[in-house]
Amino acid sequence: MRKRFILIALFLFVAATSFVGAAGSQEPKQDAKMELTFFYPVQVGGPLTALIDKICADFMAENPNIAIKPVYTGNYDDTVVKIQTAIQGKNPPDFFINLATQRFSMASSQIAMPLDDFIKADGDAGKAYIDDFLKGFMEDSYVNGKIYSIPFQRSTMVLFYNKDAFSEVGLNPEKAPISWKELVEYSQKLVKKDAAGNYERYGVGIALNSGSAQWAFTGFALQNSVDGRNLMSEDGKKVYFDTPENAEALQFWVDLQNKYGVMQKGIVQWTDLPGQFLGGKVAMIYHTTGNLTNINKNATFKFGTAFLPGSKRIGAPTGGGNFYITSGIAPARQKAAWKFIKFATSAERLAQWNLDTGYVAPRKSSFETKLIKDYWARLPQAKVAFEQIPYAKPELTTYEASKMWRILNDNIQSSITGEATPAQAMKKAQAQAEDALKRYQ
Amino acid sequence: MKSYHSGILTRAVKTNIKAWALLSPALLFLLVFTVFPILRSFYLGLTQFELGMRTPVFIGLENYLNFAKSQLFWKIMGNTLLFSLLTVIPSMVIGLCLALIVNKKFKGVGFLRTAFFYPVVMPMIAIASIWMFIYMGESGMLDQLLIMVGLKPLNVLSYRHTVVPAMSFMYVWKEAGYLMIFFLSGLQNISEEMYEAATIDGAKPWTMFRKITLPLLAPTLLFVSTIALTNSVKLVDHIVIMTEGGPNNGSTMLLYHIYQQGFAWFDQAKASALTVVMLVIMLGISMLQFVNTDSKIHYN
Repeated sequence: MRKRFILIALFLFVAATSFVGAAGSQEPKQDAKMELTFFYPVQVGGPLTALIDKICADFMAENPNIAIKPVYTGNYDDTVVKIQTAIQGKNPPDFFINLATQRFSMASSQIAMPLDDFIKADGDAGKAYIDDFLKGFMEDSYVNGKIYSIPFQRSTMVLFYNKDAFSEVGLNPEKAPISWKELVEYSQKLVKKDAAGNYERYGVGIALNSGSAQWAFTGFALQNSVDGRNLMSEDGKKVYFDTPENAEALQFWVDLQNKYGVMQKGIVQWTDLPGQFLGGKVAMIYHTTGNLTNINKNATFKFGTAFLPGSKRIGAPTGGGNFYITSGIAPARQKAAWKFIKFATSAERLAQWNLDTGYVAPRKSSFETKLIKDYWARLPQAKVAFEQIPYAKPELTTYEASKMWRILNDNIQSSITGEATPAQAMKKAQAQAEDALKRYQ
Repeated sequence: MKSYHSGILTRAVKTNIKAWALLSPALLFLLVFTVFPILRSFYLGLTQFELGMRTPVFIGLENYLNFAKSQLFWKIMGNTLLFSLLTVIPSMVIGLCLALIVNKKFKGVGFLRTAFFYPVVMPMIAIASIWMFIYMGESGMLDQLLIMVGLKPLNVLSYRHTVVPAMSFMYVWKEAGYLMIFFLSGLQNISEEMYEAATIDGAKPWTMFRKITLPLLAPTLLFVSTIALTNSVKLVDHIVIMTEGGPNNGSTMLLYHIYQQGFAWFDQAKASALTVVMLVIMLGISMLQFVNTDSKIHYN
């Protein structure tokens, strides 16, 4: 009898604890102090985590009843996944940094909420705030006329080049190549091979891996397209991959590897390029201005930055992340999140972020601060990214952005590895993309 | 029903209730975390449920028909099959050889066993990162070695025809030690007397291996092949780290594609349909093992 009783009690206990274990997500803390969760990615080298922590600490010092919990969530790809997973698990972050190009997906799946009401509630100050953002970056925030995100860590692609290598081969170290033609000429001079014919230094490096090729390709497409048109329409529903000019741009990439032999063959990874540049293995790289601080700190040679070499015109892609507020959270939390976003995107803070990382501050008034003026005096290479902005346009942004990037990158890779000609690759990319965008037409 | 046997009946019933009571937490867990997700995957695989849709829409077998027509799907299945073949057979052969070596008792056998086994305990992510460095184009160890002996660098991860073999090589290195353990235990179950009798009869080592070791290892061989096959299909870490499925999906495999569909592109329906495909494959492989074991039980 006793044994049976113990057995039943044991069973009930185990059953109860297993129910509790399977209960699911936690309730948000209902203390007097509001705790906001904030997901953020890091896509470049450098101690960005510490910088984010500092911004949060400064905010909490000024706002003692709001606690911010920053959560590092990997690179942009990882962050997109983590946000979606968190939302499905009914435990979403209150606000997050995500690619500006994700705004159509964020809006259509109602993950992020429009911010126009907050801007309106701020009256004139709100309007001035939005107007202060550089047009090239603010363009990226609209979906159906509503603002869904605020620019924060924005970047553009620039050419980093090794001035010492230039001098070594008789090129003027203050004159970077300004056209595709010059890019080839200079690269051919900069190539260094050893006695056995193996490459000691390549002329130029462009990242061709799955998450990154589309960024550089946007630049080349903008430089070469007939009327300066981008790879997609403004409403995010159409893509313009299959044009003779884009095929030409892709052919140029293939030629750089094969015909001119100035670029390493195959697929070079985005994350490998800065290391190769710093190690003197490649004389010029197409990379993000967000890596400027890192390169400046570690370069053992004189280096410069320059506009991307143009073709029919100068063009460059913008990239980087914006702040979004998750939809569906309590209004009090939305207001607190909005407060933080305005705090983190003040002109001074954006200038400081620019200094600390090399990302470009997206606000006009940031560039009037003493911070930036001193920075440019110390590091003139930083000015280039800012000066290129008027020629810069958003990178590939459509509905189903992740899938679009994958389609474009897969087909670019198929051409690089010789599985398809550039024309065939662009045609295939166009067909696959239109298939994926069918239901948004 | 009152009868002479009522006492025994009630006892049996009581025992059953006790058994069910103790099993129920585990059963509940199994239902919630295994049975329900499988059933839901079956259901979602028959629907259309993309990003932004509020509820799934039933479309029957259309997802599966689209896969059958899709070039990319067959490419992925081909990659998965190739990877499985290139890992299962070599790792079993090598695992068996390693087991034969360390089955004898000699000085340092413990060290050898550890050395062979140690790649198994390393996390796949660490191994993938190291091998990515080895395989890196031109500046990686492999290409540097090739250059040193006067050959041209291969840049194995950049090209369709080398990327899967390269990954297979890395995985065989990791897995052979794991399979060695199973073979070792199988070998140690073979009684020494058989070998002694064969030696007396004048049999050569190779004949002994063919006529004694292999037949008696047959159940172990089947078991190990099941493990190796299912492990090779379940592996995904190395793809995420080394190639992201590139170049042009040359190294994309089934489970990685499920991750892409479900978590990168938020298409729950296609991801579920692919999961069902994978489930069918894994079950098929495991069935072979169970069916065979059943027949062996009578044999023994």
